[in-house]
Amino acid sequence: MKRITTPLTKSIREKLKCGEEVLLSGTLYTARDATHKELAHLIMEKKKLPFNLTDAVIYYTGPTPKRADGFFGSCGPTTSSRMDYFTPFLLRKGLGAMIGKGRRTARVRDLIKKHKAVYFLAVGGAGAYLAKKVKSSEIIAFRKLGPEAVYRLEVKNFPLVVGIDSKGKDIF
Amino acid sequence: MRNINTTKIKDVVSELCIKANTSLRGDILRALKKARSKETHKTSKRILGILLENAAIAKKEKRAICQDTGFVSVYLRIGQDVKLTGGALQNAIHEGVREAYRKGFLRKSVVKSPILRTNTATNTPSIIYTEIVKGEKLTITVVPKGIGSENKSKLKMLKPTEGEKEIISFVLEVVKEAGPDACPPYILGIGLGGMFDKAPFLAKKALTLPIDKPNPKRHLRKLENAILKKVNKLGIGPMGFGTKTMALGVRILEYPTHIGGLPVAVSIGCHVTRNASKTI
Repeated sequence: MKRITTPLTKSIREKLKCGEEVLLSGTLYTARDATHKELAHLIMEKKKLPFNLTDAVIYYTGPTPKRADGFFGSCGPTTSSRMDYFTPFLLRKGLGAMIGKGRRTARVRDLIKKHKAVYFLAVGGAGAYLAKKVKSSEIIAFRKLGPEAVYRLEVKNFPLVVGIDSKGKDIF
Repeated sequence: MRNINTTKIKDVVSELCIKANTSLRGDILRALKKARSKETHKTSKRILGILLENAAIAKKEKRAICQDTGFVSVYLRIGQDVKLTGGALQNAIHEGVREAYRKGFLRKSVVKSPILRTNTATNTPSIIYTEIVKGEKLTITVVPKGIGSENKSKLKMLKPTEGEKEIISFVLEVVKEAGPDACPPYILGIGLGGMFDKAPFLAKKALTLPIDKPNPKRHLRKLENAILKKVNKLGIGPMGFGTKTMALGVRILEYPTHIGGLPVAVSIGCHVTRNASKTI
């Protein structure tokens, strides 16, 4: 299986094909509904973002709290379509890839193609399994949002399937 | 008359919340194994393997099967000869949920107001349903359901002159719309009859029934089988790839209804549909 590492530069993204299974290692940023709303507002108001979106990978997840060992118990993907309205703001800021589950709108698909980004699928409902691929995590923004805060995650061999590739080919 | 202290109820609610969230139902586990053995699509077969591994890790290491540990519904069947002692029943239930979500490192996914959206940070309140029955026992069922599947659930008021055919076509419409988004293979809970409020209640309750036990009502058993067959021809499976298993099981509950209507509700359950019960 193909192994890739962040940052996911354009040249790495362009080689990924729809339907391909990959193992991703490196840095991910978590963001789900409330976080996307906050990020989109910051972009609209031309304010500084809590992390650099260029070639970054956003993972749509709200993990369970850290256990006594300092690691999440469960950390799987949430439904991507709820982020569709906000995604264009982030893609225009250079976002490299997104990880979630399920379908995206035609608009998001077209913008993925335009910006040569990638949309990955993670296995929904396999949070315990996926949490074991997360090697470290820290909150970097929006702490007040609880499970929706932005965490920076370091992952090793995180299993993914390419859902929409940089040419706009969609697995669904 | 039998006395039950509500502290006992708090303890049981707490125990059931952790059990439901960390231990996948036996019937679903068996159905996933069966689905994997007959799957021919390579990626789907591997995904079903990951789901089984996920369930094993969760159980062994007491981790949440899914990070969406749900908004908790609690169903109580209270014998009419039970006398509840101690603090208020409602508070005991909320306290049980609060304790489990803190002790079990489960995610707090409840916001105080749908408009203001501040997290209550305790995963409370829960939604409580009570039913008074004969006897002096008390049965508690805890249902922590995630929102991914809940968002795809639907209600339709059919005409009384419509029937099985229209019910099946509505269910297919709902499942197609859910598509790959809500973690297939699904469990489908269907509620028929009652009024506008009763059908969704029955649909969600139907998800707590075992998927490998036949419905005692013949007409419902027939309908469950017909729906399962049609749904599995849709060609959507684990993570949404073309495959053989779109649903692991279908369960229907019915209630008398008005001469002028036929309410149908479909509650989509993901492949980690969770609930746990205990009788005290």
